[in-house]
Amino acid sequence: MADAPGLDVWLKQSGPIALDVRFSCAQGQLLALVGPSGSGKTTILRAIAGLTRPREGYVACAGEVWFDMTKGVAAPAHRRRVGLVFQSYALFPNMNILTNVAAALGHLPVSQRRARAAALLASVHLQGLEKRWPAELSGGQQQRVALARALAREPAVLLLDEPFSAVDRRTRRALHDEIAALRRNLHIPMVLVTHDLGEVAALADSVCVIDGGTILQSGTPQAVMAAPLNAEVRNALDLPGE
Amino acid sequence: MDWAALALSLKLGALTTLVLAPIGVIVGRALAFTEFAGKGVAEAAVALPLVLPPTVLGYYLLSAFGASSPLGGAWRALSGHNLVFSFDGLLVASILINLPFAIQPMQRGFEAIPGDVREAAACSGLSPWRVLWRIDLPLAWPAIVTGLTLAFAHTLGEFGVVLMVGGAIPGETRTIAVAIYDSVEAFDNSAAGLMSAMLLTISLVALSLTYALSRKIGRRHG
Repeated sequence: MADAPGLDVWLKQSGPIALDVRFSCAQGQLLALVGPSGSGKTTILRAIAGLTRPREGYVACAGEVWFDMTKGVAAPAHRRRVGLVFQSYALFPNMNILTNVAAALGHLPVSQRRARAAALLASVHLQGLEKRWPAELSGGQQQRVALARALAREPAVLLLDEPFSAVDRRTRRALHDEIAALRRNLHIPMVLVTHDLGEVAALADSVCVIDGGTILQSGTPQAVMAAPLNAEVRNALDLPGE
Repeated sequence: MDWAALALSLKLGALTTLVLAPIGVIVGRALAFTEFAGKGVAEAAVALPLVLPPTVLGYYLLSAFGASSPLGGAWRALSGHNLVFSFDGLLVASILINLPFAIQPMQRGFEAIPGDVREAAACSGLSPWRVLWRIDLPLAWPAIVTGLTLAFAHTLGEFGVVLMVGGAIPGETRTIAVAIYDSVEAFDNSAAGLMSAMLLTISLVALSLTYALSRKIGRRHG
């Protein structure tokens, strides 16, 4: 049986942050968006999630069209099956971590939510901490809760916005392992925004180098890093010059 | 001690607070989260009662509530009595002059909610209505309680507008603040002192409880 369609993205606008990008990510693949600060990476994730609406474009995933300006389709964020892990974790500070995850289980009957949330927390190695408040957890633990919450609604696509930037190196390695395991187990497209080339090499199947809201080069991480197309790509990747 | 005036003030404070609760949440939230043309003017209009002298507010409200005005005429046609010098008129005036006391703390409370937390709620599948109940109200509620307490305490202490719009009809519009003034005018200092102490105590207790509650919630949410 043929695979369901993955993520298809075309976004175009002239401001406030200029964008002109078109890319796809197949089911089970991890695509990294790499580029300097202000290059438009996070805006792309926000547009996929429905948190910002570009002037023109098309976003579809798993056969569902979420955004198509030519047809006037613009599903709000809560109707898109998107799991988004924020750089700042963005946990709900008024809920313990079990309730944080259960809040994203609105598609399940109420009676099943607590057990499912507990299972998701156990899957990110946080069993026993269910009653803790977000403010009582370390950065790495908060990021795991954010990951469990993003997976809770059984997303059609998982979006990761620099999820490892605020944790120490050891925690980052552990989180890398978990993302790699997720990629093997979850058959959905995953998009990772990062500026860490080590992370790209370790996790991504493909990479888009972005600057000024446009894709400068795309391909496998090995191919792009071995043969950057031009000086702009080298600058965007912060690689040494020729 | 004029117990009827105290009871009337408490009733006025309670009803004002009750009406301002939904108004404050709706307007405060809209001002916090929505950008629209003329937002500065809307915010200024909400804040006006803070800076205008009570006599100016009282004059405009008297003009607006008078039997010959459209509002006063409509009210008389519906209820059979005038809006000025009635408890109903006093309540409407009290709601209007307390708008900034209720709305401004609530607006600041909503503005203090991190934008990415609200966005994470939307990405977790929560509809805007669910975001209001599960995120906005629980996180802003110390500010909501603060706004309502300020409005309640300010209603108890309001004098100028109450006197102009309500007069001092015992049992109908004579609030405790007006009763204190009348006692002083009549050289009844013991009654004025007792009522002033009562008003001071109620206001102090209400405000202390509010601030203590806000601190407790703030600590819990880190």
